[in-house]
Amino acid sequence: MRQALRHLYGPIIDNNPVTLQILGICSALAVTTSLSTALVMCAALTAVLVSGNIMISAIRAHIPTTIRLIVQITIIASLVIVTDQIIQAFAFEMSERLSIFVGLIVTNCLVLGRAEAFAMHNPVVPSALDGLGNGLGYSLILVIVGSIRELFGAGTLLGFTILPTIYGGGWFVPLNLMMLAPSAFFILGLLIWTIRSIRPVQVEPADFEISIQPDRRAP
Amino acid sequence: MIDLFVRSIFAENLALSFFLGICTYLAVSKRLDTAVGLGIALIVVQAITVPLNHLILVRLLGPGSWDWLGLGAVDLTFLNLIAFIGVIAAMVQILEMVLDRHVPALYRSLGIYLPLITVNCAILGGSLFMVERDYTLAESAVFGLGSGIGWALAIVALAALRERLNYADVPAGLRGLGMAFIATGLLSMGFTAFAGVRL
Repeated sequence: MRQALRHLYGPIIDNNPVTLQILGICSALAVTTSLSTALVMCAALTAVLVSGNIMISAIRAHIPTTIRLIVQITIIASLVIVTDQIIQAFAFEMSERLSIFVGLIVTNCLVLGRAEAFAMHNPVVPSALDGLGNGLGYSLILVIVGSIRELFGAGTLLGFTILPTIYGGGWFVPLNLMMLAPSAFFILGLLIWTIRSIRPVQVEPADFEISIQPDRRAP
Repeated sequence: MIDLFVRSIFAENLALSFFLGICTYLAVSKRLDTAVGLGIALIVVQAITVPLNHLILVRLLGPGSWDWLGLGAVDLTFLNLIAFIGVIAAMVQILEMVLDRHVPALYRSLGIYLPLITVNCAILGGSLFMVERDYTLAESAVFGLGSGIGWALAIVALAALRERLNYADVPAGLRGLGMAFIATGLLSMGFTAFAGVRL
């Protein structure tokens, strides 16, 4: 039981798919201009990840290794089409705002990566937990980046005003940079710095050591 | 047309303003020569698949495309994701075989990066943008070429930056991935400066 739970908790912080495994970053940045789009994207991705992992792990003994990538991609693409149709049917406005990024879950390396690395070799229940854990780890990063960008870019969270902006008679001057692409890169970079400062195990080794010889140091 | 071309390279750069293909972008940008190889491969695949997917969408999937069989009401647009992925995978495979047969030098230098392109979101993203923005065949060809060049330009620029950053004394937690993100952010800020350019 504890072993199984580790599949669930592990990927959330210690082995986070976005900040450590560098998987699924593409969509993580594009949908974070507001918290609500980030939440819908998280739900869509977690659903695809869990159901994809369950399906692939259930038929893993019948997939020939030579064509396993095609089989996996086809299963994932079908699940994404279903998810996309559901979002278009019940939340059309949201699907307009998410634009092409729900469809891009197909090529999200996180989904295919977990299918290939975990679901192909493990039974159904651990695969489902692994999918859920990775989905939640991805969601955690998206929610953090999404809240920072919406809070400082528009002064709201999920549409509710937190910091009254000067356009609405308040005091807060919204930072327009937060609504643009570069801020997502900066926030994620700083987030990685924070996580690695708390957990130094994750720090990457340096390619080159910088040596300062004492007698050569500038005066 | 020229406006669309320039816009797809600079202001609407796939990697820097739509975050497409960022996984590969960060993973393969450690060395300049591999980045150049991947960039060239991506330009070729993108320039072929976007117009090809446009043809498939209009001739095989779109409403009315089965009129000649008497199935005028059939609309298979919802299948576009699976069709596009299939076309991209097949295209990459064909390109690999053609290069292996006729230009073995280029094939060897691209190596593992060619198959990797299949799961690059920039390629699928390009085709999906073509659907969303209703490009014509000519426009989608221009857009495919332009966005491919833009992505290649971005990865070459970042690879050159990171080769220099190797010699910088970066705080331990920021080393590697963290610094790559900050550098990409600065690069992306530079590219937003092209947003107002109209030709």
